[in-house]
Amino acid sequence: MKEKLEQIKAEATAQIQAADIPEKLNDVRVKFLGKKGELTAVLKGMKDVAAEDRPKVGQMVNEARAAIEAMLDERKIKMEKAIREQKMKEEVIDVTLPSKKNLMGHRHPNTIAQEEVERIFVGMGYEVVEGPEVEYDEYNFEKLNIPADHPAKDEQDTFYVNKEIVLRTQTSPVQARVMEQGRLPIRIISPGRVFRSDEVDATHSPSFHQIEGLVIDKNISFADLKGTLEVFAKELFGPETKTKFRPHHFPFTEPSAEVDVSCFKCGGKGCRFCKGSGWIEILGCGMVHPHVLEMCGIDPKEYTGFAFGVGLERIALLKYEIDDMRLLYENDIRFLKQF
Amino acid sequence: MNTSLSWIKAYVPDLDVTAQEYTDAMTLSGTKVEGYEKMDADLDKIVIGRIEKIEKHPDADKLIVCQVDVGGEVIQIVTGAPNVKEGDKVPVVLDGGRVAGGHEPGQKVEGGIRIKKGKLRGVESCGMMCSIEELGSTKEMYPEAPEYGIYIFPEDAPVGASAIEELGLNDAVFEYEITSNRVDCFSVVGIAREAAATFRKEFHPPVVTPTGNSEDVNDYIRVTVENTDLCPRYCARAVKNIKIGPSPKWMQRRLASVGIRPINNLVDITNYVMEEYGQPMHAYDLDTIADRHIVVKTARNGEKFTTLDGQEREMDENVLMICDGEKAIGIAGIMGGENSMITDDVKTVLFEAACFDGVNIRKSSKRVGLRTEASAKFEKGLDPNNAQAAIDRACQLVEEMGAGEVVGGMADVYGKKKEPVRVAFDAEKINALLGTDISEEEMLGYFRMIGLEYDEATKEVIAPTFRQDLLCLADLAEEVARFYGYDNIPTTLPNGEATTGKLSFKLRIEQVARDIAEFCGFSQGMTYSFESPKVFDRLLIPEDSPLRRTVQIMNPLGEDYSIMRTTSLNGMLTSLATNYNRRNKDVRLYELGNIYLPKSLPLTELPDERMQFTLGMYGAGDFFTMKGVVEEFFEKIGMKEKEVYDPNSGRPYLHPGRQADIIYKGDRIGFLGEVHPEVADTYGIGERAYIAVIDMPEILKYATFDRKYTGIAKYPAVTRDISMVVPREILAGQIEDVIEKKGGAYLESYRLFDLYEGAQIKEGFKSVAYSIVFRAKDKTLSDAEVTEAMNRILKGLEALGIELRK
Repeated sequence: MKEKLEQIKAEATAQIQAADIPEKLNDVRVKFLGKKGELTAVLKGMKDVAAEDRPKVGQMVNEARAAIEAMLDERKIKMEKAIREQKMKEEVIDVTLPSKKNLMGHRHPNTIAQEEVERIFVGMGYEVVEGPEVEYDEYNFEKLNIPADHPAKDEQDTFYVNKEIVLRTQTSPVQARVMEQGRLPIRIISPGRVFRSDEVDATHSPSFHQIEGLVIDKNISFADLKGTLEVFAKELFGPETKTKFRPHHFPFTEPSAEVDVSCFKCGGKGCRFCKGSGWIEILGCGMVHPHVLEMCGIDPKEYTGFAFGVGLERIALLKYEIDDMRLLYENDIRFLKQF
Repeated sequence: MNTSLSWIKAYVPDLDVTAQEYTDAMTLSGTKVEGYEKMDADLDKIVIGRIEKIEKHPDADKLIVCQVDVGGEVIQIVTGAPNVKEGDKVPVVLDGGRVAGGHEPGQKVEGGIRIKKGKLRGVESCGMMCSIEELGSTKEMYPEAPEYGIYIFPEDAPVGASAIEELGLNDAVFEYEITSNRVDCFSVVGIAREAAATFRKEFHPPVVTPTGNSEDVNDYIRVTVENTDLCPRYCARAVKNIKIGPSPKWMQRRLASVGIRPINNLVDITNYVMEEYGQPMHAYDLDTIADRHIVVKTARNGEKFTTLDGQEREMDENVLMICDGEKAIGIAGIMGGENSMITDDVKTVLFEAACFDGVNIRKSSKRVGLRTEASAKFEKGLDPNNAQAAIDRACQLVEEMGAGEVVGGMADVYGKKKEPVRVAFDAEKINALLGTDISEEEMLGYFRMIGLEYDEATKEVIAPTFRQDLLCLADLAEEVARFYGYDNIPTTLPNGEATTGKLSFKLRIEQVARDIAEFCGFSQGMTYSFESPKVFDRLLIPEDSPLRRTVQIMNPLGEDYSIMRTTSLNGMLTSLATNYNRRNKDVRLYELGNIYLPKSLPLTELPDERMQFTLGMYGAGDFFTMKGVVEEFFEKIGMKEKEVYDPNSGRPYLHPGRQADIIYKGDRIGFLGEVHPEVADTYGIGERAYIAVIDMPEILKYATFDRKYTGIAKYPAVTRDISMVVPREILAGQIEDVIEKKGGAYLESYRLFDLYEGAQIKEGFKSVAYSIVFRAKDKTLSDAEVTEAMNRILKGLEALGIELRK
C-alpha cells in the first residue's frame, strides 16, 4: 500500500514537472486528485484494508494528496508568473513616443493678469465690483474733481456719446459709484474696459483695461497706501521687487503718486527692458481728495482713503514680454496658445 | 518744458550736482525729469586755437596747411575749410579727441567721431578745426557762425582754453513732464525754486529793478478790455528808439539750450522772459496801432484774420482778439497779426504781457487750429500777478542790453486783483494723513523753501498766487510729503474693521464659463466694443432689426469704430477670419464681452450692458460639438433642466437649416448654429464655422452653485431598446419629449444610439433607435412595470406617426 502511494506520488511529481502549460497541469490534477483519479481509487480500495489499518492508510492517502496539491499549487504559481512575465516582455512600449493631449484652450494674457491681481487683493479682503463702461460724464469726471473745461478732460481724449454720456476713460468712476452707496468701510477693486481716443499702434489702443482700487476707512494714511502697494508689487512681480513712489498729480487724489517697481528683468541694475533706469512705471495712486469724498457723501473729517489704478495691458505686456499691444486684440491662436 | 542745468544754476548758484543726481532728486520731489541730454556727451579734447600761419598744400589745390597755436604748443592742421585766415581763433579738436558729427546739420553720430593724427595727401595733420555742426549744434542756434566752414571765435577768446566751455556746450538739458496743476513750473524760475528746495540751497530769483524814463506810457497808448472775464489783466509798456541788433551771447546760449533760435535782441527778450517767467509776451510796432488804442474784445463770427505766419484764419465770436482803434492786430494769447509785426525799421515797440482765460485760449486754439508756445502756456491758466513781473523784467533787459529807451510807467487794466490763498495748517492732521511723525517746525521749513508764508496768529499758510494749486490741507500735506521724501514715509497696512474679499456671483459664473470653454479647447479672445455700422449688412441683418439701434460715438476714430456693438458676432467672425487667413487650423475661440443696447434713442440714460459669452470655431468639430460645450457649461453652473432647441428662429447670419435658439425654462438664453455660408464668405472664412452666443444676464437667473446629493442607486436598472421608423420632419427633441413625458416615475435616462437614413428605409422616413433605462430607488422593477411604461411611450410615439421597427 505504502509503495503504491509512493509510486503515485512519484508519478505525479514527474508529470507535474513535465507539465508546461496550465491546461496540462489541470489534467494532472484531475488524473491524480479528481473523482476518478488515482488517489480517489486508492481510497475506494479502503474496504479491502484491515479495519485496524484503515486510519493509518487514510492518513497516508491524505498526506499524499496534500503533497501532490502543494506541488501542483507551487507549480501553478511559478507557471503563471512565467506567463505574466512573458506577456509583459511582449508588451514593451516606446515611452518616448508623442503624448496624447487633451486639446485645451488658453486664457487671454489680460485675463491672466487680471485674475492674478484679483487673487492678491481678494486675499487682502477686497471685494471685486464692476461698473458701466458707457458712463455718465458726471461719474467719469465731475465727481472725480474734473469739472467741465478742466485740462485733464482733454488729456484723456474722451469718446463722447453725447454731452452727458461718455465711454469711460478710466475705471475711477466706480470709486464714485461705490462711495455713493455709503457702505463703509470700503475695500474694493474694480477691473474693466476703458476707452481713450488713441490711434492703434504698438503701445496704444483705443480700448484697454484698468483695475481700480479703493479703500475708505477711518485713519487710512499714505503709509497704508505705500504698504498695500508694496505687498501687491511683491506678489505680482516677485518677493525681491522694490517700489518707488514719485509725486504726481491726479485731480481726484491728493497727495498723489506714480509708482515704479524695480525692473524684474535686471533686478534694478538697468537694462534695455527698463531703458537703463532700473525702474518700470506701473501705476498711479494717491489719497482720495477730500473734495471727492464730500461730493460722494462721505465726511472727509471722519474718513480718509486711498485709491490706485493699474493698466492691465501694461502688466500683461511687462510680465509676458509682449512687444506689441495689437497682438492682444488680433486673437491669433498662435499668440493665445502661449499663455 | 526744458531747461539747461546752467540756467537753473543761474538762480541756484550753490547747486553742485551731476545731471543724473539732478534728475533723480527732482523726480522724487515731484518735478519729473523725463530725460536729459549732455550737450558735450560726444565732445572731447576741443580747445581754442589761434591760426598762426597758412600755407598752400603742396599736392592739393583745395587744402591748406595751418600752424595753430593751441596754448603753449603749435600744431599743424590740414583743412579744406575756405573761411579761415591767419589770426583767426577756432575750435580745434586735438589728436584722440571727439566731435559730435559731420559738416552738415543733422549729421550727428551716436558716440561721436574720434579724430586721430594722420596724413592728408602726404602732409601730417595733428587735429581738426571744427564747424558748429561738428560740435553738435547748428547755425540757427549760433547765428554768429559762418554760413559754411569753421566756427570763428571773437578776438578776445583765450587760446588753449576749452572751446566747449566757451561755446556753453558744457551743459546738460533736461526735459520735464510738468503736471497740469503746476503752472508755475512751466518756467525756469519756477523749476529753479523747486531745485533750490530739493537740494536745500539758496534760491536767488532775478532781481527786477525799476525801469523807464520820465515819460508816461499812458501818453503813448490807451488800453480798453471789453471782456474782462476772458482777459483778467492786460499790461503794456513802451520802448522807443529801438536799436535792433543781436542779443548777448549768454542770452543766445540759454535760448539755444532750450531749443529756441536766437533772432534779435527784441525777439530774444520776449522769448527769454517767456521761458524765464513762464509768461508769454508780445511786441507790437506801436506806429502800426491805429489811434494808439488797444481794445481787447471777441471777434465777429466768420471774421478773417491773417496771423504773422502769413496764414489767413477764420474766427468766431468766442475767440478773443487784440484790436487797435480800427482793426484786429492779434489773436489774444495765440499769435500776433501780420499787420502789426515788428520789422527791422521799428522805432517804438509796445510790449504786451497779459493774462487770458485758460479755457477760452484752449478752445480758441482748437477752433482756429493753431497751437503755439504762447497758447500752450496761457491755456494752463496763468497768474495775473506774474504778468507785471514779466513785463518789468523785459524792460530791465532792454535797458541792460541797450536795445532801446524804456518809457516810464505801465498801462494796466486789472479788474479783480488776485490775492494769495490762505490755507488752515494743522501739523497733526497732515501727519495722520501721511502716516508720519514730522514736527511742525520741519513742515514750516519746507513751506518757507518754496515761498509759502505762515501766519502764526491764524495758523494759516499763505500760498502765493503763482501756486494756484494749493487750496486745502491735503495740498499742504503733499508739499510736506514731497520734501520730506515719499521714500521716507513708512509702509503700513490698513488696520480697521475686517472686510470679506470676494468676487460677485456674476464674476464667478464668468470664471466657470472661461474654465469650461478652455477645457473644451477654446482660447480666449478680446475684441473692441466699438465697430462699424456696416457690420449689420455683413451679417445680413435686416434694415428694421432692433440690432441696428446703436449707441453712437460723437467723435470716433473713424467710421469703423463709430458704434457700440449690439452683437458680439462681428468681433468673433473677424477673429476667426484672421486665423483662417493666417492658415491656422482647427481654431476655437471664445470671448466674454459686453454688448450695448440703448434703452432709448437718442440716449437719455445709460445703455443696457449685457455680457455675452461667445464661442466660435472652424475645423475639427461640428454643430453638435458646439452644442456639447454649451450644455457642459449649463450643467456646470447648476442648470439641470433640459434645454429646448428651437430651430425656427430664423437668425439671418446663421445657416437656415443649422441653427437653434436655446430656450431654458421658457427664456431664450442664447443661440448656436453654423455661420451662414454667405456671411462666412463675406468675412473670408473658407470652412464651415460655428458660433454660439449665450446671454449671460439671462443665465444668471438660473445659475447656482448649490448642489444636493441624491443617493447612488442600490437596485438594478432595466434597459429597453427601441428602434423606430420616424417621419423625417420629426425632431429627436420631439421623441425625447415623449419619452420624458410618458416615461413615468421610473424613467432614469435615455440615449440615442442609432440614426440612419437611406437604403432600406422608405422615402421620407429615417431610422432612429433609443436605449431607455428604468430604475426604482426602493426596489427591483418587475417586468410588468417596465412594460407598462414602455407601452405608454410607444403610444405617445405612435401619435407622432412613428412606427416601431419589428
